[in-house]
Amino acid sequence: MKLTRKQFLLTAAATLAGVTGTKLVTSVQAAPDVSAKPDSPRWAMAIDFQKCRWDEGCNQCVHACKQAHNIPDVPEKAHEVKWIWKQPYQDVFPQQSQWVDPALTSHPLMLLCNHCSNPPCTKVCPTGATWKRADGIVMMDWHRCIGCRYCMAACPYDSRSFDFADPRPDIANINPEFPTRTKGVVEKCNFCEERLARGLCPACVEGCREHAMIFGDLNDPASEIRSALHTRYAMQRSPELGTGPSVFYLL
Amino acid sequence: MRERIFIAIGLLLFLALFTTPVWWAAASRTRAAGPQIQLPQHATACVAPAAYMRASHMQLLSNWRNDAVRRGVHQFHTADGRIYDVSLSRTCLGQCHSKTEFCDRCHAYSGVSAPSCWQCHNDPQLTARSIR
Amino acid sequence: MIEKALTGNKQYWLWISLLLAFIGTGAAMYLRQLIDGLGVTGMSREVSWGLYIGQFTFFVGVAASAVMVVIPYYLHDTKQFAKVALLGELLAVASIAMCMLFIMVDLGQPQRVLNVLLYPAPHSVMFWDMVSLSGYLLLNAIVAYNTLSAEQRGLPAPHWLKPVIYLSIPWAVSIHTVTAFLYSGLAARPLWLSAVMAPRFLASAFAAGPALLILLIVVLQKTTGYDPGEAAVSKLATIVTYAASISTFLVLVEIFTGVYSGLPHDRETLAYQYSTLHGLWGMTAWMWISSLLMIGALTVFYVPRLRKCRVALLAACVAVFASLWMEKGLALIVGGFEPSPMGTLTAYRPTCTEWAIAAGIWAIGALMLTVFYKITVGIRSAAQ
Repeated sequence: MKLTRKQFLLTAAATLAGVTGTKLVTSVQAAPDVSAKPDSPRWAMAIDFQKCRWDEGCNQCVHACKQAHNIPDVPEKAHEVKWIWKQPYQDVFPQQSQWVDPALTSHPLMLLCNHCSNPPCTKVCPTGATWKRADGIVMMDWHRCIGCRYCMAACPYDSRSFDFADPRPDIANINPEFPTRTKGVVEKCNFCEERLARGLCPACVEGCREHAMIFGDLNDPASEIRSALHTRYAMQRSPELGTGPSVFYLL
Repeated sequence: MRERIFIAIGLLLFLALFTTPVWWAAASRTRAAGPQIQLPQHATACVAPAAYMRASHMQLLSNWRNDAVRRGVHQFHTADGRIYDVSLSRTCLGQCHSKTEFCDRCHAYSGVSAPSCWQCHNDPQLTARSIR
Repeated sequence: MIEKALTGNKQYWLWISLLLAFIGTGAAMYLRQLIDGLGVTGMSREVSWGLYIGQFTFFVGVAASAVMVVIPYYLHDTKQFAKVALLGELLAVASIAMCMLFIMVDLGQPQRVLNVLLYPAPHSVMFWDMVSLSGYLLLNAIVAYNTLSAEQRGLPAPHWLKPVIYLSIPWAVSIHTVTAFLYSGLAARPLWLSAVMAPRFLASAFAAGPALLILLIVVLQKTTGYDPGEAAVSKLATIVTYAASISTFLVLVEIFTGVYSGLPHDRETLAYQYSTLHGLWGMTAWMWISSLLMIGALTVFYVPRLRKCRVALLAACVAVFASLWMEKGLALIVGGFEPSPMGTLTAYRPTCTEWAIAAGIWAIGALMLTVFYKITVGIRSAAQ
C-alpha cells in the first residue's frame, strides 16, 4: 500500500498528540498539597498604625522585610516589588476619610497581603502556584508560577508584585538564608512562613521598635491579638468584598 | 551499478570517522580522568545512601521542594534518625557541599546543566563573598 | 493540499515576504523579552495586563464569530453562505492560533505553561479557557480540513462531520463566554464586574468577525477573482448591523449603571475612559474615537443608500472592526486597572517591543489565513 505524504503527516501528528496526551494525563500530581493538620493556628495581624513613627523617618518594618526576603529595590516605580509598604490613610480608606480626626488620618497604614480567608487570588490561579494553607497563610510556589498575573488582577488590595526583570541586580545584600526570585513570577508577603516554622514572629513585627504590629493566632483565645481585637475597634480593607482579610487596623 | 564501490568506501569512511572517539581513546591507552570532586570536609554521613544520591538526588531535591513549599514540612528525617533542615542553601550547601567544588564539577563533566535552581537559590559561599 | 499554497504570482510572494519580515522582527523582539523579562513592555505593577491580553480577548471574539456563518448555513440551510462557511471556520483557526500565541508571549515563565495541564485547577476560569480554546481549535481544524479534503476529491463531506460541526456551535459561544468570565468574576475590578460582560463580548465579536470576513471576501475577489456571491456579503452586513447595535446598546447600559448608581469605583473607571479622572484625560481620546467610528459605521449600516454603496460599506466594516479593536483589544483590559484599588492612575503605553511582538503574531495569523485561503481558492477553482 502506498503511503501518501498527507497520511504520513496526519499519522505522525496523531501519534505525537496521543503520546503527549497520555504523558500529560499520567503525570498529573496526586499528592495533596495543603497541610491540613488538626488544631491549626489561624495566623493574623493587628496593626496599631497610630504608633507608626514614619514621620520621624522610621521604615523598620519595610527594611526588615526587604532584608529577610531579598526584596529588590527596583529603580523604575512601575516595576517596583513590595511585600509591605506604607500608604496614606486617605488612599486606603477613601470613603472613610472625611470628618475623621486628623490624629488618625495623619499616620500612614502599613499595607501587605491580607492573607484572606476567602482569597480571590487563589481562586483564579490556573496552576495552583498560590493557595491557602490550613493555617490561613496564602502561599506562593515560585517553582510553579507561570507568570500569567491573573492573581494580580484578582487581588483587590494591590498586594502582589511581578518581577518584570531579574531582581538580583537590584538587591544590595543578598540574604543567603532565603532564596531570591527570578524574572517572570509574581511575589507577595508570605507572613514569614519560614520564620513561623522556626517559632519566630514575622520580620516586620520584630523590626518595628514601637511594637505597632501584633501577630498571633486567632484560634488561641489567650493570644495578644485576640485581646487587642477584643478591646479595640478594628477596621479591615474592603470587607464587603467577602475576602475575609486577616490583617486588622486598630483604632 | 558502478557507483556501488564508491558508496561502500564512503560508508566505511563515515563509520570510521563516527567511531573515532572509541578507537582513538583505546589506541592511545589513556583513561579520561573523571570529575575531580571535593567531598564534604566536616560531614560524615549523607542524608541518604550514596548510591541513592548518585542516581536520584534530583528526586530527593524535588521531594524536599514539595515538602518545604507545598506541605509546610521543614524537617527531613533520615532512615537512621538524623534530622535535617529542608533547605538547598542552608543544608545541602551550607552544611556539606560546595557548589563549585562538588556539584558543578560533576555537572560540567557530564554536560548536565542543573535546571534553573540557581536563578533563585543562593550559594552561601558566593553570597558570603559578595556581601559588602 | 499544501502545494496549492506554494505556487502564486508575484503579488502573492511579495505579501508572504512582508508577513515573514514582520514575523522575523516579532521573533527577535520576543527573544529580547525572554532575556530581559516583561519589563520591556509598558506593563506595570498596577496595570499588569496590557496589549497582549487585550489582543487575546479581541481575537477570541473573532474566532467565536465563525458561528455566525456556521449557524445559518448548517442549521438553517442559508444557501448564500455555501461558499463562506468554510472561510469563517478557517478564520476561526487562524484567530485561535493568534490567541494562544498572545497568551504565550504574555507569560512570565512561558516554558512552564504546561503546568496548567499538569496541575489542573478547575476552580480557575483560566484553566477552562485553555481547555475550551484548545477544543475549539481542534474542532474547527478537523471540520475545515475534512471539508476541504472532501471538496478536493469532489465528494460530499463525511457524515460524521455533521455532529462535529453542530458541537462547534455551542462551543464557539462557550469560548467567548469563558473569556468574559475571566474578567467578570473579579470583585477587585469594578469595570469588569458586570454580568453584561459575556453578552457584550459575544455581541461585539459577532460584529467584528463578520466585518472582517466581508473585508477578506473583498480581498479575495480582488486578488484571486474568487467570488462567494453578493448575497453572502449582504447577509454578513446584516449580521454586523444587528450585532454592532446590540454591542453599542450594552456599552450604553453599562455607562448608565456606572454613572447613575454613583458607586465611586464604577464612576471612576468610566470617567477614566470617557471623561477626566483626577484632572487627567486618560483614555478619553481613544474611547471617543472608538465611539465615533462605531456611530459612523452604524449610520452607514442603517441608511440603505449608504449601505448599498460598496465603498461606504467597506469603510463601515473597517470602522466597526477598528472601533471594537480599540475597545476590546486595549481599552477594556487596561481600563480595568485604572484606577487601581488604591485609587492611583498609572499610564500605560505599549512599547515598540510590545507592538513588534504583537505585529509578529498578527502576521502569523495573516500567514496562516493566506495559506488556508490560497488552498481553498485553489481547490474550489480547480473543482469548477
